[in-house]
Amino acid sequence: MAVAKALSTREEVVKERVGLTSNYAAAYAVKTVDVDVIAAYPITPQTTIIEKLAEFVANGEIDAEYIPVESEHSALSAVVGAAATGARVFTATSAQGLEFMHEVLYIASGLRLPIVMAAPGRALSAPISIHGDYQDIMSARDSGWVIMIASSAQEVYDSIIMAYRIAEDNRVLLPVMVSYDGFLMSHTTEPVELYHEEYVRKFTPRNLNRPRLDPRKPMTIGVIASPDWYYEIKYQAINALKESKNVIKETHNEFNKAFGTNYDIVEKYMLDDADYVLITYGGASSGNAKEAARRARERGLRAGVLRLRLFRPFPTDEVVSAIKYSKVVAVVDRALSPGNTYEGPVFNDVVSALYNKGINKPVISVVHGISQRTMLSDDFYNLYKKLDEYAKTGEYPRKTIFIGLRGGEA
Amino acid sequence: MKVYFRTIKDLPVDEYFGPGQLTCAGCGPSIAIRWILKAAGSDVIIVNATGCIEVTSTSYPYTAWSVPYLHVAFENAAAAASGAESALKVLRRKGMLDAKAKVIAIAGDGGTYDIGLQALSGMLERGHGVLYVLYDNEAYMNTGIQRSGGTPHFAWTTTSPVGSKLKGKVQRKKDIMSIVIGHHIPYAATANLAYPIDLANKVKTALDYLDEGPAFIHVLAPCPPGWRYPEEMTVEIARLATETGYFPLYEWDHGMIRFNPPSNTHFDKSKRKPITEYLKRQGRFAHLTEENIKEIEKEIDEYWDYLSKLVKTFG
Ligand SMILES: Cc1ncc(C[n+]2csc(CCOP(=O)(O)OP(=O)(O)O)c2C)c(N)n1
Repeated sequence: MAVAKALSTREEVVKERVGLTSNYAAAYAVKTVDVDVIAAYPITPQTTIIEKLAEFVANGEIDAEYIPVESEHSALSAVVGAAATGARVFTATSAQGLEFMHEVLYIASGLRLPIVMAAPGRALSAPISIHGDYQDIMSARDSGWVIMIASSAQEVYDSIIMAYRIAEDNRVLLPVMVSYDGFLMSHTTEPVELYHEEYVRKFTPRNLNRPRLDPRKPMTIGVIASPDWYYEIKYQAINALKESKNVIKETHNEFNKAFGTNYDIVEKYMLDDADYVLITYGGASSGNAKEAARRARERGLRAGVLRLRLFRPFPTDEVVSAIKYSKVVAVVDRALSPGNTYEGPVFNDVVSALYNKGINKPVISVVHGISQRTMLSDDFYNLYKKLDEYAKTGEYPRKTIFIGLRGGEA
Repeated sequence: MKVYFRTIKDLPVDEYFGPGQLTCAGCGPSIAIRWILKAAGSDVIIVNATGCIEVTSTSYPYTAWSVPYLHVAFENAAAAASGAESALKVLRRKGMLDAKAKVIAIAGDGGTYDIGLQALSGMLERGHGVLYVLYDNEAYMNTGIQRSGGTPHFAWTTTSPVGSKLKGKVQRKKDIMSIVIGHHIPYAATANLAYPIDLANKVKTALDYLDEGPAFIHVLAPCPPGWRYPEEMTVEIARLATETGYFPLYEWDHGMIRFNPPSNTHFDKSKRKPITEYLKRQGRFAHLTEENIKEIEKEIDEYWDYLSKLVKTFG
């Protein structure tokens, strides 16, 4: 029944099915939500988003002010100024651009501004690499933003629509970043179902009833706070981020209802009885892991995949309850946390989530796909086999495994 | 410049920059901002860069601003102002806002000549209808008197100190007006807090032009601790800067240059007071030798030469 109802809803809301890259999917989502101000600066692999948006604006398909700024620092600053003035805003960037925005990332969340940004992940210089991984996103993870990581063009489209509703919710009022694989998704065409505008607009009503710059009600935004105040103000923002998880879940539920989708803040694949779990994020990594899990199951290994869709706030409860009964977990990171005990950044998040629930279980840190180094589903299949060996011998590696590294130890 | 205010009595009594901020006694920038807001009135949105004015006027939970005010960071006042201006434009167009508010960006010399120059250039090039006010106290005063691109030749600062080898700032002051005018904006002017009527009229004129594009006002605003003079002398020193020809008052208005009193007489050097009148009152120039002073004088003469060529071309 529920399925039948969901399907009929979907038929009603879907306008057309088209082939889009994730970047174009992002641009179409922005188009559908009646955005007011777009400011952006080109960087590969983000550029095609803002090219598409420029085209929409040039053709009068979006009634927005497009600010072709002179840098990423100014891109984020301009949308901060616009959001503070009450506008609905969008920006996008990657890699060095995100690093160049870094200072303003903290300001955007500290000022509690509902900004939405698309950020296809890319490796960081030096050496220069334009290719995809998630190092840039990891550098932004402590900046107080809501961060989602999508794994298909459809999900990018849907997530950006949800992002506006989350960001502008008075219980949240925080910037939201929607990330996905640079190139592997940003430049790969997939079928995407686009919705009729009226349904999207109904789902994303404007919130003009939030603090903003208005001469009729003057307000000072961006103050200096003494040590006597800073701590509490910052605490409010991090607390809002923590609490936003409920709003994000609520938004997911309502989105599922309105658009006949099936999103959750984590995606569980064959997890119910899994002994061996790979925790991943993004498109290629989770797609390959799922394929490997299917193969491993055919050969009798109880394999499963947990994909993080929401990355900040970290879905601690959901992650732990999903892997609670498994034997061994490997966290596959497409990013680096140099100098830490383990170099996989999300590995450290998962371990701290388990610690939080008093669970001690073998967790392996795996790094893969750095600067788009090829990831094969074979690699993930072999990883499942390794997890099985570890479990049998009771010997677990005490350092990060770097898959696909030439001349490495692993 | 159109004349909106003839005497000090014509200025509105309303205060939008409240008393009780934490600026130093005799703070030039705060005097300038007070005049600017009086002239601008209440229908404005202020976007302020990090610097003395910002840190002394927004000390949570207090604020000196009774107009909407946004501070984002040090280098991006022009970018944030671009966003605010664009937001007003589109929200008005979509019928979500009926206010006519104008956006004024305010930044110091550091936030303008140096770290914010890129954002300023971007804003001017894109043609946002924003009035950008540079209050020039000729150093990074908020962090304790370090040299900026706006610091004059030979001036002492903590990062252009007077030592056995080097005597104050080695380089000359950057010509920000020429840089700004190079962006072909409708209006740019210099002003000085010692000439409040001139300043107020320039603010009004600039705001009137914002429908066409950006406007820029460069206001000289002395700083007692940074320039090392007694705090009651701010206005006097500011006035001497113009009377000696060090800081001429002029406007760039749609491709024309016009000099304002008393600077309009200063092409004739004999009408200017000697530069020593200005220099000798400030501790930051206390170490100057006769030779240094001669060099400064030469530079000022050169500058007037350049200005007279501009007047010949654009006057
Ligand atoms: C990126 C960055 N670098 C350095 C600073 C530190 N800082 C804050 S204000 C300031 C100097 C401001 O100087 P100026 O623009 O001349 O304004 P004033 O303080 O003189 O009013 C500096 C260096 C900063 N806030 N941000």
